[in-house]
Parts: sequence; structure tokens; C-alpha cells
Amino acid sequence: MSGNIGELERRRAAAHLGGGERRIAAQHAKGKLTARERLLVLLDEGSFEELDMYVEHNCTDFGMAEQRIPGDGVVTGSGTIDGRLVFVFSQDFTVFGGSLSERHAQKICKIMDMAMKVGAPVIGLNDSGGARIQEGVASLAGYAEVFQRNVLASGVVPQLSLIMGPCAGGAVYSPAMTDFIFMVKDSSYMFVTGPEVVKTVTNEVVTQEELGGAVTHTTRTGVADLALENDIEALMAAREFISYLPENNRSGVPDRPCDDPWDRLEESLDTLIPANANQPYDMHELVRKVVDEGEFFEIQPNHGANIICGFGRVEGRTVGVVANQPMVLAGVLDINSSKKAARFVRFCDAFGIPIVTFVDVPGFLPGTAQEHNGIIKHGAKLLFAYAEATVPKITVITRKAYGGAYDVMASKHLRGDLNYAWPTAEIAVMGAKGAVEIIFRGLSAEEIAEKTKEYEDRFANPFIAASRGYIDEVIVPHSTRRRIALGLRKLRNKSLENPWKKHDNLPL
Amino acid sequence: MFSKILIANRGEIACRIIRTARRMGIATVAVYSDADARSPHVKLADEAVYIGPAPASDSYLLPEKIIAACKATGAEAVHPGYGFLSERASFVEALEAEGIAFIGPPASAIAAMGDKIESKKLAKDAGVNVVPGHLGEIDDTEHAVRIAGEIGYPVMMKASAGGGGKGMRLAWSEKDVREGFEATKREGLSSFGDDRVFIEKFIEDPRHIEIQVLGDRHGTILYLNERECSIQRRHQKVVEEAPSPFVTPEMRRKMGEQCVALARAVGYHSAGTVELIVSGADPSGDSFYFLEMNTRLQVEHPVTEAITGIDLVEQMIRAAAGEKLPFAQEDIGIDGWAIESRVYAEDPYRGFLPSTGRLVRYSPPEAELHQQPGETGHQAYVRLDDGVAEGGEVSIFYDPMIAKLVTWAPTRDEAADLQVQALDAFEITGLGHNVDFLSAIMQNPRFRSGDLTTGFIAEEWPEGFHGAPPSNELQRHLAALAGLLATARADRARQVSGQLNGSPPPPFAWEVRLAGEDRQVEITEDEILVDGKPVNLAFEYTPGDRLIEAEADEEPLTVRIEPTRLGFRLTTRGARHDVRVLPAHAAPLARHMIEKEPPDLSRFLICPMPGLLVGLHVAEGDQVEPGQPLATIEAMKMENILRAEKSGVVTAIRAAQGESVAADAVILELE
Repeated sequence: MSGNIGELERRRAAAHLGGGERRIAAQHAKGKLTARERLLVLLDEGSFEELDMYVEHNCTDFGMAEQRIPGDGVVTGSGTIDGRLVFVFSQDFTVFGGSLSERHAQKICKIMDMAMKVGAPVIGLNDSGGARIQEGVASLAGYAEVFQRNVLASGVVPQLSLIMGPCAGGAVYSPAMTDFIFMVKDSSYMFVTGPEVVKTVTNEVVTQEELGGAVTHTTRTGVADLALENDIEALMAAREFISYLPENNRSGVPDRPCDDPWDRLEESLDTLIPANANQPYDMHELVRKVVDEGEFFEIQPNHGANIICGFGRVEGRTVGVVANQPMVLAGVLDINSSKKAARFVRFCDAFGIPIVTFVDVPGFLPGTAQEHNGIIKHGAKLLFAYAEATVPKITVITRKAYGGAYDVMASKHLRGDLNYAWPTAEIAVMGAKGAVEIIFRGLSAEEIAEKTKEYEDRFANPFIAASRGYIDEVIVPHSTRRRIALGLRKLRNKSLENPWKKHDNLPL
Repeated sequence: MFSKILIANRGEIACRIIRTARRMGIATVAVYSDADARSPHVKLADEAVYIGPAPASDSYLLPEKIIAACKATGAEAVHPGYGFLSERASFVEALEAEGIAFIGPPASAIAAMGDKIESKKLAKDAGVNVVPGHLGEIDDTEHAVRIAGEIGYPVMMKASAGGGGKGMRLAWSEKDVREGFEATKREGLSSFGDDRVFIEKFIEDPRHIEIQVLGDRHGTILYLNERECSIQRRHQKVVEEAPSPFVTPEMRRKMGEQCVALARAVGYHSAGTVELIVSGADPSGDSFYFLEMNTRLQVEHPVTEAITGIDLVEQMIRAAAGEKLPFAQEDIGIDGWAIESRVYAEDPYRGFLPSTGRLVRYSPPEAELHQQPGETGHQAYVRLDDGVAEGGEVSIFYDPMIAKLVTWAPTRDEAADLQVQALDAFEITGLGHNVDFLSAIMQNPRFRSGDLTTGFIAEEWPEGFHGAPPSNELQRHLAALAGLLATARADRARQVSGQLNGSPPPPFAWEVRLAGEDRQVEITEDEILVDGKPVNLAFEYTPGDRLIEAEADEEPLTVRIEPTRLGFRLTTRGARHDVRVLPAHAAPLARHMIEKEPPDLSRFLICPMPGLLVGLHVAEGDQVEPGQPLATIEAMKMENILRAEKSGVVTAIRAAQGESVAADAVILELE
């Protein structure tokens, strides 16, 4: 018996060594941790239970038969974060460059299947050179098997991808179909074709970092949700992020003790809206003063920053926050912000996370750049997302709610459950001056000014909308948290179903 | 006595005057501009009158608006506070013509002292020592250079009508005179409507010590001891105290008597201050010279109130109403020690750049005797004079002072200790502020020794301010604190719903990186170990708290905390520490992380503060040398010359003269 245990220990030790000490040292020299080290940081201490440690590849071509390393380039299993179950896979760059073989893919699929069955999140730590070329089509098949599971799991269990090394070619499409992507600055990149191919085909010279680094994807493209400084920061951020997410689409939001009074008043919010209507203010202040303890996990802070999306808690329970940001492009809706918020709203709806929306929106961004790139379809995504969402929806209009953008931002007409407005709210088809210039064409500047004043007095307030029932109540800003907390309590048992359908046809 | 007075001012001083008036049973009228409609002084007063747009020149500086407000409300007298109209003789005359009393000195005295050149002559005639200098008008830069040469460097160039540090420039060489003379003139013109400039000798090891005088309309004029205001930055006072650690009773009497003689010579009544420059190099204490007389209440008057027990605002009101001073010179004593620090909206971590914006969080330390100067008893106490509230705004239109923190204690050291403690509890977010810097001053050994000069700040922080260095003991305390906070937060996170095996215990062992050093923190049932040695620390914490009042080695230790992605930002004792806290099992892996160099910004000229680009001194393709002026930004009425840090060639200009430039915007690029 002891001999058998000895054999087990020997095999475990061999598997733990991955690609060997030399490759581990090379990984460290790049400021990167190994696959197992990453899991050590990500999961509660001692909670990781590894599966398929002894799986090896089945390739015999190109001398691969002689090169077998237990685990085959990916470490898979389950563990806990704050005591809650998660399934993980962590690609091991020290073993065949983390390349994806048939067996490597099978391991990933196995834990994804498990996660689906039991209803627990999947976290993928990506660090892979790409397909295992030696295996050819078997490797491609492996990718597709993973893709299929990403799709089936979408909306069933949360899927989070951490890009901690290369991720190129077909490999990008697995993270792309997960719910959120975090990237490590300087050591990770994602692209469909790398700089060399780009140079050959289009003659463009570009670095990996510029083409698909963490900064590029969290500012320009919006492919990734967060850029972190290094492995440790990315893994710790993932722990924190997971603490906001439900286990699955039926579990309901996590609930934890909270010492922040639900009815905390914030007098300073009464002066948040500047006296001058054209002056911006930072919507983050409102968000942070409403959520528990001022803690807000923002996603895509530097992409489409004219809308703020992220998670907070109210009374210890997760809420998704969407808010127009007057500091950036006056909070206007454009292609990037619409796409960003639409996906976020759909995630919240899929997983039963209530949505709190703060509105200060002057409309959609005009211009050929927007129109020719399809703002119609992209703006429709956000409209669609809000309209189909059946989770509790609470909306607070702080200032402008103009035109179609008013309709889009979780208005009463899109089944908003509680629609509040601050006394500073202006709900109108457009700004007063523009409206007057259309209604009263050909007046002198003086007369326009006079009519503008008239229009403002009549429409630049929340009471017209309130008189029609489009606003449920006009609230004092300092009581916003109290109103939202109370509203969320009342909506906890909300039950609303959309008509049966195979699936909807979101404008893509 | 008046039944209603109007306060022709804003901010903390308006609030402070209203409180005394209220205590005396006098109704108060506030005035406000567009920018102040929501300000505390407006809410505090019994009535408030709107007087115009935000710029002071369209509101607070318009005598006719103030007079109209008096008439509309029936105010019988006006207290001008400091700044604005407080030293404008024509305003006093205009009030008197309308039968409204001015709570301050007679117009003639203001006029006599308002002109730096005139006042110096008067002081000389009254037997007060004066500094060598050129008293005539100066025609142009060439003339200025000649005069400066005659006096001998270093010299000071001052706008004749200036004050409060505005319109003053020091010149160590002819180059400085050439560079600064025109700017001094311009600042004089834009700030005070007078572009005359004078030049005088610069005193070495100078200390700024001033005498508070107080007189009634019946010929009594007293001196209420001195205040030392040597802790200045760019001639703006930062810390003041009373009494001065430099002044002996004999010196105090000499200074006091000379200043009273001057006040008497100009027929002074009400409160006033004679500013003296004192050479710290002369231990005899006889080297004190007249600088100027401020014919108004000074910002730093509370320290005098604290050590004398006299409410200066009350006495000004009484004097204006014709009452006699209820005390004589021999009744004026010195009780204990008082220190005032000025909390400014300027960021010491970014070269003290002015910072404006919204007070997202504003929570000052607890203060006793908020509105009752004088009632000192013998318990040390904190007094806070402020005029802002959370959610308020420090606007670009007015003085960037947020609050005055005054501490009184029986001894100077105790008063400084109390400053440190109170500053630790000051929470201001949303804009840059100098709280850490003030605390660093209070802890500075040279400050504690009393060896001050007006160059103190420049000498003690020649490389700029980067936070007060924490002692080893403090580091150990903060490390222990960070570990405990991390355990508390992890423990709460682990009480979440939906767990696999119930709540796992939180980590009790952490590696804390603080001030560049890693320390091992271990929390056991009955003690906290830092690097294996126990730390004596006790506090209460609920996740979400932003302020912790701990006891470390039986001494109070107040720390502001802000959770960050990998730990906490801990702010205390004049520095903020970005503390990384990792569970001990993960920490060794962090050693593989590569420290990233911050990006090289030296090839950009970055606008350090929001302001107006009034001057662009180079063009594309120009070769520049270190120290060469590249651009001038006007912010807060101050012209700030931005200089080249290293030599190079201007490759691109990104902003135009006359443009409003945002903070951190690139003005030009160098190569």
C-alpha cells in the first residue's frame, strides 16, 4: 500500500513541476506566475481540488509521442472564493507553450460541463500559444468543443476570462464569448491575427501591445473589461469581482451582511447638480454615495466612459448600476456606450441582478461617424436590452432625459418598476433652445430667448412627466439611497415573464 | 449698539463674524454672488442679499451693491471681513455718506496705510524702524534693474497696492528683475487696479512677526501681543502662532509700543495689524522693521483671541458703535499657546498647485468652542473656522482657503501635538488639499525648536513635498492596522450566502508592503505580531468606516482609510501610504511581479492646474534650456511660470495663448 501511495506522490510531484524548472524560471522572469501559482492566489487557501492531473496528449506525430507531460498544458478543477464554489482552468505556458490539444480541450470541457450541471461560475486563466499545431484538426475540434460549451453556458453560469499571456487566432473566441474579460497589462494580448501577419497582408507595422494589448482592448475596442497591472492584481481583482456575481441564473444574487444603513441620507447630493445646466459633474459620486460603503466595481471604465457600468451592493445584495456620465461627452449615448451598457444590462437580466439606472442624457451623438457606423442598430441594442429585462429596474433621472435617449434609459415605458426623478430633472424631447427653434421658426434672437425661457419654465422640470405617471415620484436627492433600498426590498419578489420564444432577435 | 449688521464678505470669515454678532444679539445680513448661492454663510445669516455674478469684481468688490443691500435690509453697519472692500477708504466714505457705520478703522487711516510707499514714510516719522528701499515710483524694467542694483541683491519687488502675497516677487539677480518686473505690474493691475511697484532690501533669516492693535473711538489704543507668521509659501501664510517663540517680553513691549505709536499717528481705531519683518539672525531682537499695516481683521486673528481671551470681532463691533474698550494695556496677558494652520485647496504632492472643485467629502475634526473665542479654561482645545460644507465647491473665483484649524494648549508643543491629531481626522476628498503638509510642518523638528524663517518651507522641503516620512514605530502600527483591517474585511466577505462548506475562516497572516518594505503581520487570539514582535494597537472597525481612531502604545492614532484593489490607502501623520496587503500564502508569489517604471513625462509640458494660458514664451523648433520659462498659466489670479525641466527642442505646441487649459493637458512637447 505504502508503495502505491509513494507512486501517487511521485506522479503528483511530476505533474506539479509542469514544464520543468527552467521553463518556470522563464515564466517568472517575465513577471508571470505559473498556472498552479495563479490558482493559489485566486482561490481560498487550500481549497483547490485538481481534476485530470494525469491526462496526457494522444498525439504521435512529429515526435510528440516522446514528449508527454502530465496535465497536458492546462490545470483544471474547482475551488472556492469566499467559500463559494467556482470551476477553474488555468493554462500552463510552461507545458507546450500552453497550446491547446484535443485532451487539453477535453479537460476544459469537463469542468465546464460540471459547472453547468451544478450551477457554478467558470473562471478561465488564459496563457496559451494557440492551437497544438502537431495535432492539426484535432486541436481545432478541441477549440470548437470549448466554444460550444461557452455558448451553452452563457446565461446559465457566469463565465470570467483572465487573459494572462498570449491569446491569438481562434483562441480569442472562447474568452470573447464569456461574460467578462480581464487583461494583464504588458504581458497579455488578444488578436485574431498577429503583427507579423498584419504586416504581410496590410503592410501596417504595429506592436503586439498596440494591436491587442490590455490598454488597447480596455480603451479603444471594449473587447476587455478591465486592465490590471500584473498577475497578482488581476487575480485579486477576479476574487473581488466574483463576490458580486450570482452562482448561476437561478441562485439569486449573493447576500452578505452590511453595516451601512439602508436609509443613510447624503445631504451633499442636494448640491450635486451644478447651478449651471451646462456644467458637468461626476456621476461616480452619486453611484458611490448610493451603494453600500461607497464600493463600486466598475467595468470598462475607460471605454465608452460616457456611460458607467458596474456592480455595487445595496443592503449587502448585488445590484448592477448603469449611469450616464456627464463628465464625458456630456453623457451622450453613442455606439460604444450603447454596446457596453446593452451587454451589461443583458448580463444582469440573465442572472437576476436588479438594475439601477441613473439618467442624465442629452440624447444620441450626432454625426456621420456615428450614423455610418450604425448607431441605429447599436443604440437599438441598449433599448432592446432594457425592454426585455425582467429583473427589478429602478431608474433615477437626475437632470437631462431628452428625446429617444429618455425612452432608452430604463424609462417607465420599458417596464421600469420604479421611476424616480430629482427636482432638477428635465424630461423633454430636446433641449429648450433647439425645441423653440423648431416650433417657432424665423423668430429674432430676442424672441427665441424669450420663448426658450417659456419652454424651460414649462418643460425643464419633472412635473409634466410626473403628471402623466411616467415618473412615479419626484424625490429629494439626499434620500436617493433610501428610496432605492426600499424599492429593491419591495421588488425582491418581482415576477415577470416575457412571452415564450425560442430566443429573441437582438439587433446585432 | 447696532440691531442689524451686514457682512460684506463670504466664506469662513463671514460665518465667523455672523456667529459673534448672533451671540451679541445682533441680526445679520449676508451677501452672495452666483457662485455662493448655496454657501454656508448664506444659510447661517438671518437674511441674505444677492449681489451679482461670481467674479468678485462684479459682486463682492462693488460698493454700490453692498450699500444697496444695506438699504434694502436696514442694516446699520457693515463688517468687511478681510480682503474685498475691507481696505478701501472710498468704500468707508461712501458708507458714511449713507449714514451706515463701517466696522473698522477710519477712512483716513486706511488711506494712509493703504499705500505701501506712503505708509512707510508715516511709519518712519512715527519712530518705527523701516527697511531700506526705494520709495519713489519706478518707470520701467531698466529703472527697476538700476534701483535693485543700488539697494543690493536680494531685493523684493512688490505691487504698491498689493497684499496677502499677491503681486510680490523676490529677485536674486538682475535676470529675476527682468523676468518678474512686468509680471508684478500686471498682477498689481489685475488684482488691485494699480500697477505701481516698489523695490526694497530683502532681510536675511527673516521672520514675519506682527502686532495686533486694537483701539476705540475714545483715544485708547492697545497692542494685543504678537503673532508669528513665518511659515509661508510664496508669501502666503500657512501657519501662524501666538505668541512667537522668538519674542521676549522686552522685545514685545518695544514692538508693541512702536506699533501703537504708528496707529495713534494715523488716528486709528478698531482692530489692525502692523506687520514687521524681524531678522532672526539678530538675537538681540532689536532688528525688527515695519513692513505694512493691515487696517482690517487678519485671517489669523483667532490665535490672538485664543491667548488673550478677547473676541476681536466683538470689540470691533463695539468700537464701531462708539463703546470704550473694557480693558487696558496691563489687562492684556498671554495665556498658553495657540497655533493656526490654514487648510488650502492646493496639492502639496503636485507642487502646491491650486486645486478647485467639489468637496465630495468634507468632514473636519471635532472642534470645541467653535464660536466662542476666549473661553479657554485650561483644557487644550481645537477651534475650527470654516465656511464650506460637504457637497460645496471651492471655486476658481475666490481664495482657495478651505478652513482654519486653531489649537490652543498650555504649551507650544502640546498645541502642535493637538494640531497633528486634529489634522489626522480631517477628511477632504474631491480636490487636492494641504492637510498632510500641515501635519508634516507640525511634526518637523525645526518647527518644534522654534527656529523659523519665512524661508522655512523652501528650506525644509527643497525637493517638494512627498509626505512626512513615517517612523519605524508608526510603520509597525500601520502594518498591524492594515492586517487587522484586511482580516475584518475578509471575514465579512466570507459571510456571504451560497457557500460550499459554510464560512471559511479569513486569513490571519498577511504580508503588508508599506513605505517600500514588506512586513509580516500575524493575528493571533490575543496579540498582533509584526515581524514576530507584538504591537500594542486597539481600535474598532466596521467595514465601510473611513476613519479609525486607534490607540497605539496607549497614544491616540487617527487614520483615514480608503480600500484599494490590493489593500488600503492609509493617511495619517502627514503622509498617505498606499499599503499592499496580501495573504501570507500568496505573498511570496508577488515577488515575481515586475516593478514598472512610471512613464517618462519629462518631454511634455503638462498643465499642472486648470487655468488660462496667458503667455506662451517659445515657438516650435526653439531650443530651450533648463529653467527657461515656457508658458505662463493664470489661475486663482496668480501667474504661474512653467519652466523647462531639461534642455531640448520644442517639437509641437498643443495649446494656444488665451486658451483655457485643463489640468494634465499637454501644452507642448519637447525632444
